[in-house]
Amino acid sequence: MNIQFNDETFRDDYSFKNSQRAIDRFPFPFHEDSYMYSVNMEQHQGGPVDSVYEKRFDVDEHYVSEMRDREMVLADDPLRCQSLPHMTLAGWDLLELIMVSKSEDYPELFELHRDGANWHWINKPLGINDRFVFMDDTTLPYGPMEYITRQTQGDFCVLDQREENLWMDAGIVTTQADWSLDFDIGMNFFEWHAPVPLAHEKGIFKRALKFLLNIQQGAPARRLNWTMTVNPLLDTSPENYHKWGVQKMSVTPQNLGEKQYLRVELQTFFRLPRSNALVFPIRCYLMSFKDIVSKAKWGRRLHRVVRDIPEELATYKGFIDNRPMMLDFLSRYDDGLATSFGVWPDSDTEPALSERTT
Amino acid sequence: MNVPAPNSTAPKLTGAEKIDVTITAIVPLNDLVTRFEFKRSDGSLFPTFSGGAHTVVEMQDGDRKRLNPYSLMSDPANRETFAISVRRDDEGRGGSLFMHNKVKIGDPMVISYPVNLFSLDLRARKHLFIAGGIGITPFLAQIKQLVRTNGNWELHYSCRNASLGSYVDELTQKYPHSVHIHYDDEKDFIDLENLLHGQPIGTHLYVCGPKGMIEWVRSTAGAAGWPTAHIHYEEFLAPKPGKPFAVRLAKSGVTVKVGAHESLLEAIERLGVEAPYLCRGGACGQCETDVIESDGAFMHRDHWLEDEEKALGVKIMPCVSRFEGKTLVLDR
Repeated sequence: MNIQFNDETFRDDYSFKNSQRAIDRFPFPFHEDSYMYSVNMEQHQGGPVDSVYEKRFDVDEHYVSEMRDREMVLADDPLRCQSLPHMTLAGWDLLELIMVSKSEDYPELFELHRDGANWHWINKPLGINDRFVFMDDTTLPYGPMEYITRQTQGDFCVLDQREENLWMDAGIVTTQADWSLDFDIGMNFFEWHAPVPLAHEKGIFKRALKFLLNIQQGAPARRLNWTMTVNPLLDTSPENYHKWGVQKMSVTPQNLGEKQYLRVELQTFFRLPRSNALVFPIRCYLMSFKDIVSKAKWGRRLHRVVRDIPEELATYKGFIDNRPMMLDFLSRYDDGLATSFGVWPDSDTEPALSERTT
Repeated sequence: MNVPAPNSTAPKLTGAEKIDVTITAIVPLNDLVTRFEFKRSDGSLFPTFSGGAHTVVEMQDGDRKRLNPYSLMSDPANRETFAISVRRDDEGRGGSLFMHNKVKIGDPMVISYPVNLFSLDLRARKHLFIAGGIGITPFLAQIKQLVRTNGNWELHYSCRNASLGSYVDELTQKYPHSVHIHYDDEKDFIDLENLLHGQPIGTHLYVCGPKGMIEWVRSTAGAAGWPTAHIHYEEFLAPKPGKPFAVRLAKSGVTVKVGAHESLLEAIERLGVEAPYLCRGGACGQCETDVIESDGAFMHRDHWLEDEEKALGVKIMPCVSRFEGKTLVLDR
C-alpha cells in the first residue's frame, strides 16, 4: 500500500482534510440508530482489508502531520508525557511492540534490524534512522515510551496492574478528548473514570475493569468511543480549554458541516510481556459532518443518535449547546428510511437520500 | 524471527491463546521433581514473559483431557525454550503422574500463552521471596528477570531435606549472598518475625508454597503491620476429588454428571460447552458462574469469591469447587 502523507495542520488555519480513502475507512462508531454506553469489546486480531482495524497500529495519511502537531504540544507543555519510575520496563515493552508490529505490518515504511540487544530502527516517513541498545535508556534521545510514541499516532496510557486494579502510571497524551494526564497520573481505574456520568450506576466500569485485568498476552482487544469536536483539533485538552472552548461559539448554520467534527477513538489494549502492564492506545479519527453525510446510511443514523442521546451524555460530551444547530443540519440528511445493522456504510446497498417533499 | 500471530479463531475468553510445542528435555531433579522443557513445534520463538507467569499444559491422557497450570521457571528472556518443573503427586488426580510417567522426549503438546497472576510489583525497593518446596518455581523466573535489571531481592527457601531441594545448588552457587536455604529435617526454620522486622521501607513480600506456609506468612506480616498491598502470594489449588454430583446447565440445556475424580469445569468442558477459564486453580476469577437454583451444600474451595458470596450460594467457581445435594442449576 502506498500512503500519500498529507501536509496539513490541526490548529490555526486547520488545513486538515480527509481524502476519499480516509472517508471510506472512517471508523463510524454507531452500529444502530441509538447510543448508550456499553463495554463493547472485541478481539483486536486484524479486520477487513484496508480498514482501520486491519493492522495492530494503523498508519494513515495524517501520520506525518500528526507527529508534527504532537511535537509542538510537547514543546509547549512537557507534562503531556510522564512516566513514573517503575514504568520504564513497560516503556521498553511498548517500544518493542510498536517497532515489531510496524516493521511487520508496513515493511515499506518501517524497518527493524535486531542483533541481540543492538537494534537498528528506520522510520522512513519521519526520516529517522537510529541505532540503540535495547533496555539501555542511555542510548535513546528520550525514554523508550516517549521515543516510540513520538513516532506513533494516538495517545498512549501505560497502566500498571496491581491490587486487582489498573493505575495510570505512564502515558503520552496530546490528542485527547478533554482529559489531562498530568491530573490523572497515578490514579486507579475508578478514580480516573469518576467524572463519567451514568456509566458507574450501570456497573459498566466494574465489568470493564474485570475484562481488562484479564487481557492476556497474544490476545489484544479493542473498542470504539466517540465525542464531538469543533474544528479538526487534536489537542482538546483541559490545559488549553481557554484556546479551544470558545471555538464552539464559532459554529453557524452556514459553516456547521465543515466545522463540526465527529471524533472517534479506536481504543486498543495489549498486555505487555516483561512488565505485565497493560498499554491502552487511544487513536483519534476526525471527520466533518459534511463528509459523514456523504454516506447516506451514516447521515441518517448520526441524526437519530444526536437527536435521541440522553441530555447528561450530550452535556458530558460537550455538545449540548450546539445540539439544536447540529440537528437542523443533520435532519436534512435523514429521510426516515430504515438503516442496515452494523457500522459499515453499505454504500452499494443502502438507498440514496430521497428528495424531500417539504 | 517473528512470533506468528496467535490463532484468532480460538474462542474468546476460553483460556489464553495456545501454542503447539514439542518436549525437548526431561530432567529428573530428585525423587519427586522433574523439569520439562518445550520448544515451539514450528521452530519459531516463544513470546517473552514476566516472572511469575504460568502456562496451562494440556495433557491428552487416553480419552481424558487434563489442563494443569504450572509456573514458567525458565529465563523470561529465553525465547527458544520454556521450562516447567513438576512435582509428582501420587495422591493427586493424575496430572503430575501423567507428566512423570507418560510424557517422552519428542512428544507434541499444547500449552497456553503465559498468564501472570503473581507479578512483581515493580515499585518495590526490594523483593523478599519466601518459597516452600515446589513453590520455588515462579521465583526462579523472577530472580532471572531481576538479575538482568539489577533488582534488589532476597530469597528464603524452605525444603523438607537436602535431597529434595530442587535448584538449591544452582541458587546458592550463583547468588550466595541473596539465597538462604532452610531444611526442615535439620530443624532449620525461617525466622520470619526477625526477617520481616529487618526489611527496609518499600520492601514487597512474596510467598509461594503449601497452604499452611502462605497463611503463616500472610498472618505474620499482617500482624507486623505490613500493608496488604505489599504482600503477594500465589497458591494454585488442584481440584479435589469428591462425591459425584449432577448439574444442569440451563443455557446449554444439558445435564452432566460430575465424576468423583473430575472437576465441575472439566465435566462442563467434556460436554463441549464453552466455559471461560484462566488459572484452573481458584485464583483468577475467570470461570465464575451464576447459580440459578440449588438444593444442597456447596464445597467452595476458591480464593476468589468473598465469604458472603460463598454463603449466599449464588456463585460458584467450577474449576475447584463442588456440590453435594439434590439439585444444582448453573447459568452456563
